[in-house]
Amino acid sequence: MGVRGTLEVVAVLGRRSVLQTFRRPQLAAPLLVFPTLLLAIQSAGVGEAVNLPGFPPVDSFFQFLLPAAMVQSAMFGGNAGGIALAVDIETGFTDRLLAAPVPRFAIVAGRLAGTAALGALTALWFLAIGLIFGAPIEEGVPGALLMIVLVTMSAFAFGTIGAALALRTGSASIVQGTFPLVFVVLFLSTAFFPEDLLVEPAQTIAKYNPLSFIVDAVRDPVISTLTAEDLLLGLAGIALVGGLGTLMSLRAMRRREAMG
Amino acid sequence: MAVALRSDLTTIAAMLRRSANELIRVPGAAIPGVLAPTIFFLGLTSVFGSLTLLPGFDTDSYKSFMIPVSMLQGAGFTGAAAGVNLARDIEIGLFDRFLASPAPRWVLLTGTVAAAAVRSLIPATVLLIVALAVGAHSPGLDGLVVAIAMVMGTAVLAACWGVTLALRFKTQSAAPLMQSAMLALILSTTAYAPQDLLTGWLATVAAINPMTQVVDATRQGFVGGVTWAGTWPGIVALLGFVVVLGAFALRGMRRTAF
Repeated sequence: MGVRGTLEVVAVLGRRSVLQTFRRPQLAAPLLVFPTLLLAIQSAGVGEAVNLPGFPPVDSFFQFLLPAAMVQSAMFGGNAGGIALAVDIETGFTDRLLAAPVPRFAIVAGRLAGTAALGALTALWFLAIGLIFGAPIEEGVPGALLMIVLVTMSAFAFGTIGAALALRTGSASIVQGTFPLVFVVLFLSTAFFPEDLLVEPAQTIAKYNPLSFIVDAVRDPVISTLTAEDLLLGLAGIALVGGLGTLMSLRAMRRREAMG
Repeated sequence: MAVALRSDLTTIAAMLRRSANELIRVPGAAIPGVLAPTIFFLGLTSVFGSLTLLPGFDTDSYKSFMIPVSMLQGAGFTGAAAGVNLARDIEIGLFDRFLASPAPRWVLLTGTVAAAAVRSLIPATVLLIVALAVGAHSPGLDGLVVAIAMVMGTAVLAACWGVTLALRFKTQSAAPLMQSAMLALILSTTAYAPQDLLTGWLATVAAINPMTQVVDATRQGFVGGVTWAGTWPGIVALLGFVVVLGAFALRGMRRTAF
């Protein structure tokens, strides 16, 4: 199959992945409902935190938290994509694709393309919420576009981890069981609070957590002027997560093929 | 009359035993109800621990402030899980057999929610142990009794909600709706900060959300002393929830044909 044919397969599988998510409430809810709910509750519940000494200058805690909701949604999207892939494996759909004249990587790439597209959609959703409820993007339209790109790339990267888990276990319930771990990674990062105000040991872990770099890069255009350092660190964080997930996915795919 | 009542109680006891058997045979079934609130407790106290530096907090320990919320959250998830389990029973046809039995509908509902109330003690116990281990204040005996009563009551209201949805949608796919509604109900209160420190829409919603009374009643022993004035509004709020949601669940049971 040529490059064009492969791209068509990826596009069709990606489209299927997006439609599947919106048709199944258990896949769509974590993407939009939970992050929006937490954004609404935490921004109002902890709103006075901006008065704490050491909190960076922001218009509101809502403005500070908006990028975290985007990245959180991207992480949930990666997990939901893994669950959907595992369901495909359980129901035999993936076996049928493997029997078809389709390159192996296109099967996973299609799912990841769908996860990335969902990442872009959720980024737009949260940008709209931010504009409606008063979270200005300090860097304006270019900043908003950069945020969409970073969140889309993050969704793809987190999707590789979900895909690796699905390919390794072939069980939707096991992939779903890793969902709480998403929160562990989130809480041990600078997603919800500035690093200097976190309580130990979260503060030390957050300093090295790649998710902190990703969230800070997405947050930069919202609350201040974009810096090359934060952007590069964010891209490095995405590359690290995506690289690790891709390696794990490749190994899991080879193992699955070897097992027949 | 006495024979009928004894028969009803036997049925409720059998449903409680069935719930306990599930825990023994599938120990992993209790993990989601325990894991999520524990992660939230440890995570939120690590992230927002500095909030107690703000003037207006009635405790210097955010762990003490947060543990009652996490216990109620665990009860909410456990109660919602009763709805998910009922939806599973409906999907596999087991619930039809319950409906075909001579057990009255209210007995089937009572057995389901009573099992949820008992099961809610598992996450509450684990959370309490974890919280005390990481430095939360002890609630004292009276504070513990009030907290347990609130936790079990919350599990009952969550189970009634879950049962209502399970009977309406008849699919486990309704699980996110069961869980997220409970999460929203519990968190749109004084969960994160005292009423005076809440901002925006939450300040208004928390002031009128009856669940705030339940959260505050559960919190008393952890951040100060237990008083009747701090307890009865929580009891009234829970009773109100249970009466309304219980009526919906019972209506759903009575309308369900096999």
